[in-house]
Amino acid sequence: MEPVAFRRIEIMPSIGSLTKPAASETLAEADVAPKVVARGVDVYYGSKQALKQVSIDVRRNEVTALIGPSGCGKSTFLRCLNRMNDTIEGCRVQGDIRLDAEDIYAPEMDVVALRARVGMVFQKPNPFPKSIRDNVAYGPKLHGMAATKAGLEEIVEKSLVRAGLWDEVKERLDEPGTGLSGGQQQRLCIARAIAVSPEVILMDEPCSALDPIATARIEELIDELRENYTIVLVTHSMQQAARVSQRTAFFHLGELVEQGTTRQIFTNPHDERTQGYITGRFG
Amino acid sequence: MTDAVLGGALAAEAAPGPHEPDLSPRRLRRRHAAERRFRLYGLAAILAALAMLVLLLATIVGRGFTAFVVTEIALDVTFDESVIDPAGRRERDALAEADYRALVQAALLARFPEASDRARRRELLAMLGADAPYALRDRVLAEPRSIGQTRRTWLKAASDIDGLAKGFVDRRLAEGDRRVSDRQLAWYDALVADGSVARRFNSGFLTQADSRAPEEAGILGALVGSALTLAVTLALSFPLGVMAAIYLSLFAPKNRWTDLIEVNINNLAAVPSIVFGLLGLAVLLNTVGLPRSAPLAGGIVLALLTLPTIIIAARIAIEAVPPSIRAAALALGASPLQAALHHIVPLAMPGILTGTIIGMARALGESAPLLMIGMVAFVVDVPRGLTDAATVLPVQIYLWADAPERGFVEKTSGAIIILLVFLMTMNLVAILLRKRFEQRW
Repeated sequence: MEPVAFRRIEIMPSIGSLTKPAASETLAEADVAPKVVARGVDVYYGSKQALKQVSIDVRRNEVTALIGPSGCGKSTFLRCLNRMNDTIEGCRVQGDIRLDAEDIYAPEMDVVALRARVGMVFQKPNPFPKSIRDNVAYGPKLHGMAATKAGLEEIVEKSLVRAGLWDEVKERLDEPGTGLSGGQQQRLCIARAIAVSPEVILMDEPCSALDPIATARIEELIDELRENYTIVLVTHSMQQAARVSQRTAFFHLGELVEQGTTRQIFTNPHDERTQGYITGRFG
Repeated sequence: MTDAVLGGALAAEAAPGPHEPDLSPRRLRRRHAAERRFRLYGLAAILAALAMLVLLLATIVGRGFTAFVVTEIALDVTFDESVIDPAGRRERDALAEADYRALVQAALLARFPEASDRARRRELLAMLGADAPYALRDRVLAEPRSIGQTRRTWLKAASDIDGLAKGFVDRRLAEGDRRVSDRQLAWYDALVADGSVARRFNSGFLTQADSRAPEEAGILGALVGSALTLAVTLALSFPLGVMAAIYLSLFAPKNRWTDLIEVNINNLAAVPSIVFGLLGLAVLLNTVGLPRSAPLAGGIVLALLTLPTIIIAARIAIEAVPPSIRAAALALGASPLQAALHHIVPLAMPGILTGTIIGMARALGESAPLLMIGMVAFVVDVPRGLTDAATVLPVQIYLWADAPERGFVEKTSGAIIILLVFLMTMNLVAILLRKRFEQRW
């Protein structure tokens, strides 16, 4: 895998021209290139088109929420970003998706290396049926991140601390990860994802299987993680999007209807479909 | 509709309206009764199956346990130096070739001097197993000091006398209708009277190979043959089957070719076993030129037979692993192979092992395909390698069941006991292995 040597700053034609940045969002957009840039992404499952011409910028160290009714293609888009769609039979992706200006669908892109840079947390907590330690250590071991056992232990501890799980599990690292509660399992999955030091973390409805208290913890965690990672969050809960995200994109029937700052989307949507969805008229 | 509700409330037993739940006590009673009946049927089915199993085991053990016991007769044998080693040089070759039959004869005649004529002497000699002279030879070779001495020596009785001792001979029958003559009966009774007849554990049954003489026939040859054959089968079918299953389930594209392969694997599992034997005969023996009757050829044929079973079971086990585990591994940057080997296959291992043990158990009990490649041979040596002539347990059972001598009846059941013990050991190992792999998710 090539190091990101030519991290050239590309100024993409901004779709943001549709949306006017809110007053608080004065951070100069042109200074920092977006982390992920997608242009004209089409996804087909067999002959059925699931995504139509999606173009979106995901900014560094921000939480970008993807919202929309079920089947609108937001999870499909999320899975384009780490090429998990490759594992689905009959799924085709067209268009241009760049991570730090690197085309992730280029033939020379190594999927294994890409997924080390773009981590993922799934809807249902899916820890491996192994010990808590092994769950977190698996990724670092795969990518040869620690030469010694002590180094590995350090990564495990650091990741669990960051995921806010360390204090709860430090006494029982050898117990199975599957024995934790649902919320703890999801935080374990987050720890597992951040253990490989990704640049982007994709979260596919990470709280949909959790109770409100566990959800609140995860949301806090997402907010903390933003400092070090770029996060793309698919959620069904508009409150969640409003609480944790800085930018929001609204999908409907495979199209990206509107994107902008979360405040703008929720307070002053330009498209009436967005308006209809966030006010609960459909979805 | 309202009328119906009112009517239902007024009279509990009244017929309910068209779209209301019928919760009348009569209907509920009927549902519960059906439930109880069904449980009873299930219990009865299990009890019937258990009863048959007990009947089967009791019959086999009842008939077979005598195979593990052998009757021996004690004789005062004079290890006459003039017979064993006339030259007096104690050379091993000379000792091994001496006329020990004469010693046996002399010892018997010394015990029963009344057997003077030729016919009686033959009857007398027939009371001891055909192997008695060799037993004396082995004893002399092991302990040359005994030459020139007279020692009380236990020798295996002939199969007929063994049967007499075990109560298989009906003394009330006319002499011509039974296998033991009147004179032999009298001698036997005399021997019993002075404590010269004993029944001992038949170690020969477990340490020797097949023989024409029932008292000398042992199961070890077939046991080793089965073990060698199954080793070849396992070594071929387990890795091949698991790899095929991993590839088909996790890597192969879904298209017409893989569908065709899948259908054919399922068909292969249903092919009569003798067809595999014919294939082995035509390809392995005639074309490739493997030796006949060899565990190598038998193992390959049985591996072909076992392969579909293992592939099908392994595929089911692999596909039963939650796809979220694979997704988790892939999303962490594991390659598809790493996801398979680190996570999916270990989780599928219990199921794979179950399928393997079912396949191996079938292979262990298989005799038809082995008949085709010559493993039905009469083999008197314990096979020492994969290319030695060998037979297997089920074929040995078949051979003994077919033998006319009365002594082979108990050997047949004894061999079945050994087969079952072998099978149970195999299952036990599989269960222990499975326990080690078993994890929940």
